[in-house]
Amino acid sequence: MAGASDDGGGLLLLDVFGSPFAQRVRIALAEKGLAYERAEQDLAAKGDLLRRSNPVHGKVPVLLHAGRAVCESLAILHYLDEAFPSAPPLLPADPFARARARFWAEYADRVHFCGKRLLWARRDDGGEEAAAARAEMVGVLRALDAELGGREFFGGEAFGYVDVAAAPFAAWFRAYERRGGFSVAAECPGLAAWAARCAARESVAANVYAADKVCELVELYRQRVLGHT
Amino acid sequence: MASPVKVLDTFGSGFVHRALAALRLKGVPYELIQEDMSNKSELLLKHNPIHKKVPVLLHGDRAVCESLVIVEYIDEAFNGPPLLPADPYERAMARFWAQFIDQKFAGPFWMSFWSTDDESRQGIMMEAKQNLLLLEAQLQGKRFFGGDSIGLVDIAGSALAHWLGVFQEISGVALLTDDEYPVLCQWAKCYTDDETVKQCLPKRDELVAYFTANKERYKILANAMLQK
Repeated sequence: MAGASDDGGGLLLLDVFGSPFAQRVRIALAEKGLAYERAEQDLAAKGDLLRRSNPVHGKVPVLLHAGRAVCESLAILHYLDEAFPSAPPLLPADPFARARARFWAEYADRVHFCGKRLLWARRDDGGEEAAAARAEMVGVLRALDAELGGREFFGGEAFGYVDVAAAPFAAWFRAYERRGGFSVAAECPGLAAWAARCAARESVAANVYAADKVCELVELYRQRVLGHT
Repeated sequence: MASPVKVLDTFGSGFVHRALAALRLKGVPYELIQEDMSNKSELLLKHNPIHKKVPVLLHGDRAVCESLVIVEYIDEAFNGPPLLPADPYERAMARFWAQFIDQKFAGPFWMSFWSTDDESRQGIMMEAKQNLLLLEAQLQGKRFFGGDSIGLVDIAGSALAHWLGVFQEISGVALLTDDEYPVLCQWAKCYTDDETVKQCLPKRDELVAYFTANKERYKILANAMLQK
């Protein structure tokens, strides 16, 4: 992929374009200006390389660096900081700031899991499950908004570890809003502004689906897989 | 001048132990603040508003939550023997296996020991045993997952070393046996015998008494987990 090259001894990403966890790694690689090869995987028919590289989970993303496999998106982000020290770091230097970043990156995963509950919630129970999912989602977003605290990024002035971890989920905000019947901008204006900044950022825009496209894919999935809209 | 370190604690918590083991291995003195989890203190709610759980590490005016985040913080904020390897790839492997333990062992093990739905339990136990095999293979003749000394993965797996035996005794369910997992059982013994770490392991008979007293509650919790 394009970007200033680093003699990385060959970076290969086992990837699924639409996976938010894989997107984290692609965003990080772009932020760091690291060149890499991308191999789109078919998770319904897993190839040998994926099976051998991630024998425990068989999931993407997997980053192969000079043939050695690193698995789990957040472990990969740490690895990129540590193996390529001359590239701009994602994590701050201070131990407490690092601990905070690790806590919130892990917490941000809740957006994804609440999101799944919200998007695929059944519609035939008087809206009970959907209402519970929406309430949980709004709670999670408010917590993230409070942590952001009106700053430009979770990393402060610099786009950092938590921003990379959470940016792929921000691309799903519009889909969550439509399904959940709420507005991120109304509930958490700071977080909504952050999401807009992420969407406009080159490393993110090149590596996530646009918000409307996500909505389209969600509707397609609901129709085809769940059998209803 | 070094700021004092305090840990919000509750009896019998394997997660609190992780924080304490890391502090002891680094040679950092600390004070314990006991929490009653059925009546959470203002201090706990103030410093861990998101999860409202222990451990919480208080270091001066800083609060760090989530046991493995705390362990990495301790490794980075204090001098002393490193808890992670130096090499970036080895560090990535350590983080991977620590996360694996966190993801794979809590829920399935809980359900294996306590749930009363025998049929569902069988499948979950199979999964738990397969995951134990993966860990057994990961030791590969090393004394600890960290090599010659205790590291992040050993600390992450400490509940397997000390708590599992207690649950097995109380529930009558055997998951981690010597003949099926000789390497892992040897590791467990090395961990619990370690001079540094054993100082912050709860006494086995006290754990047995505590968990026996709460057995019926665990069954309800485990059956509820199975429903999900």
